[in-house]
Amino acid sequence: MNAKQLFGIAVSVCLASVTFSAQAGSKDDKKLDAKTVEIIKRDFRDKGIAKADRVNQDELQAACSKYKDELPDKLKAKLEAAQAKEIKWPADGNFMGDWKAGEKLAQSGKGMTWSDKAEDPAGGNCYNCHRLSAKEIAYGTIGPSLLNYGKKRAAKEELQRSVYGHIYNAKAYNACANMPRFGHMGILSEAQIKDLVALLLDPESPVNPK
Amino acid sequence: MNTGKLTKMILVLALAASGTAQAADTAASDSDKIEQYREMISDGNPADFDEMRGEELWKKAGGPNQASLEKCDLGKGPGVVKGAYAALPRYFKDTKMVQDLESRLLTCMTTLQGIPEADITAKPFASDKKASDISSLASYVVGQSKGIKMAVSTKHPKEKEAYEIGKRIFFYRAGPYDFACSTCHATSDTRIRMQDLPNFQVKADAQAAYVSWPAYRVSQGLTRSFQWRLNDCFRQQRFPEPKFASEATVALTMYLAVSANGAEYAGPGLKR
Ligand code: HEC
Ligand code: HEC
Repeated sequence: MNAKQLFGIAVSVCLASVTFSAQAGSKDDKKLDAKTVEIIKRDFRDKGIAKADRVNQDELQAACSKYKDELPDKLKAKLEAAQAKEIKWPADGNFMGDWKAGEKLAQSGKGMTWSDKAEDPAGGNCYNCHRLSAKEIAYGTIGPSLLNYGKKRAAKEELQRSVYGHIYNAKAYNACANMPRFGHMGILSEAQIKDLVALLLDPESPVNPK
Repeated sequence: MNTGKLTKMILVLALAASGTAQAADTAASDSDKIEQYREMISDGNPADFDEMRGEELWKKAGGPNQASLEKCDLGKGPGVVKGAYAALPRYFKDTKMVQDLESRLLTCMTTLQGIPEADITAKPFASDKKASDISSLASYVVGQSKGIKMAVSTKHPKEKEAYEIGKRIFFYRAGPYDFACSTCHATSDTRIRMQDLPNFQVKADAQAAYVSWPAYRVSQGLTRSFQWRLNDCFRQQRFPEPKFASEATVALTMYLAVSANGAEYAGPGLKR
């Protein structure tokens, strides 16, 4: 056996032990994953409209949690396709509503917390995460700025459709995006989503100042 | 604290509260503003009153057993308060659990003073402008760690496990908005409306945030505990309510506390 062969054996032994410890790690990880879910299911309770079963994850939420939002490509594509399939497109083929109603919705941060009432309509929370109208300076920055969103783009039907889709289910475009699935989760209605599409794309909307 | 100082503090707070209401007037973020208030009242924090209330409660005989909490073991031995908070959460042999400050206070109030647990957990947070006993006690205990470096251990297997579970809870997405703590607290330099969000994946951010809680909230006129902070973030996360001092909340606290290790504890803090 020459030095080169010896080196080869040494490397493969090392590799084998690395693989082994990674597997041992993942077994521990699985145990901890399972224990975490068990604890979460036990330690939360109903409060107001926020019922304890909200901690139960769907497939997408579980995958994004497990991979800390960095999904393997194949899984990402699979989950996005599954989300896209469930988008309910407007039956009348029209995507544009009233931008003024859209602005009101975008301003409202209400909805879905245990201090909100069941009868209080949920808002869009859009300004919590996005810059939209140039006039509103109290905007969040978790999402990209949407100021001039309609100006930078040709307001064709294909674009209206994609904006509708984004608001209905942002996860159909990026599985672990930080944006809620407003249509998919029943937070906003079809008419409300159309109003928001208009807020972004209508040439008269303050999102697209002249 | 003398009356002159007290009057000044109240004046400044009135100013601060009106400033918060007009937050949208300027592009200054809430953290910039609170920094200004902090400078103005550098010689005091209204949380001082809650600390004093907590100290009285600690030393006074109370509960069905008419006992004080002076024999309560917060990890450094019975009755030792100095520096205790900077090493919490930790594993306790008597309860065989990892406990944060509030869960440990709950243990002491039930075992030493004989107060039924449900009486404490029914209203564990200050409400209607009134402090709760357990949160005032927490204010007192944390104040005794001011200037001491955070040194939370993960040596005991249960401590290590709590840390690992806490990390998983931090990234656990669920609910109608698919939010986790990480949605709002794992990217740098972001904010919700005008409220700056600490990124707990960055050591300096995690340290600054953790060592400034519990804190007096100017907008609420109350001193708030760390369990309250978590509770309110779970509310914003559109989750159901975490049970007070539950294993889930303690594990999450363990994860955040360890991320803050090495920083000097600086609370009770002052927040918008
Ligand atoms: C919790 C934060 C959050 C909220 C609330 C939110 N968004 Fe988003 N939004 C994001 C993020 C993050 C992205 C980037 C998505 C990605 O990573 O793919 C995004 C992307 C978008 C896009 C696509 C932008 C592009 O790149 O073309 C649109 C359109 C949009 N959001 C509209 C809205 C509207 C309208 C609302 C209110 C109903 C809203 N968002 C609420 C976080 C948010
Ligand atoms: C929807 C966004 C959102 C989510 C999700 C969220 N938080 Fe927060 N968090 C905030 C905001 C906004 C603040 C600033 C609070 C304020 O000024 O009222 C904050 C503040 C904090 C602070 C205090 C920081 C400081 O410097 O004072 C801690 C600690 C914290 N959050 C922990 C968490 C944990 C742990 C979770 C997961 C259970 C979580 N948050 C989930 C929005 C969120």
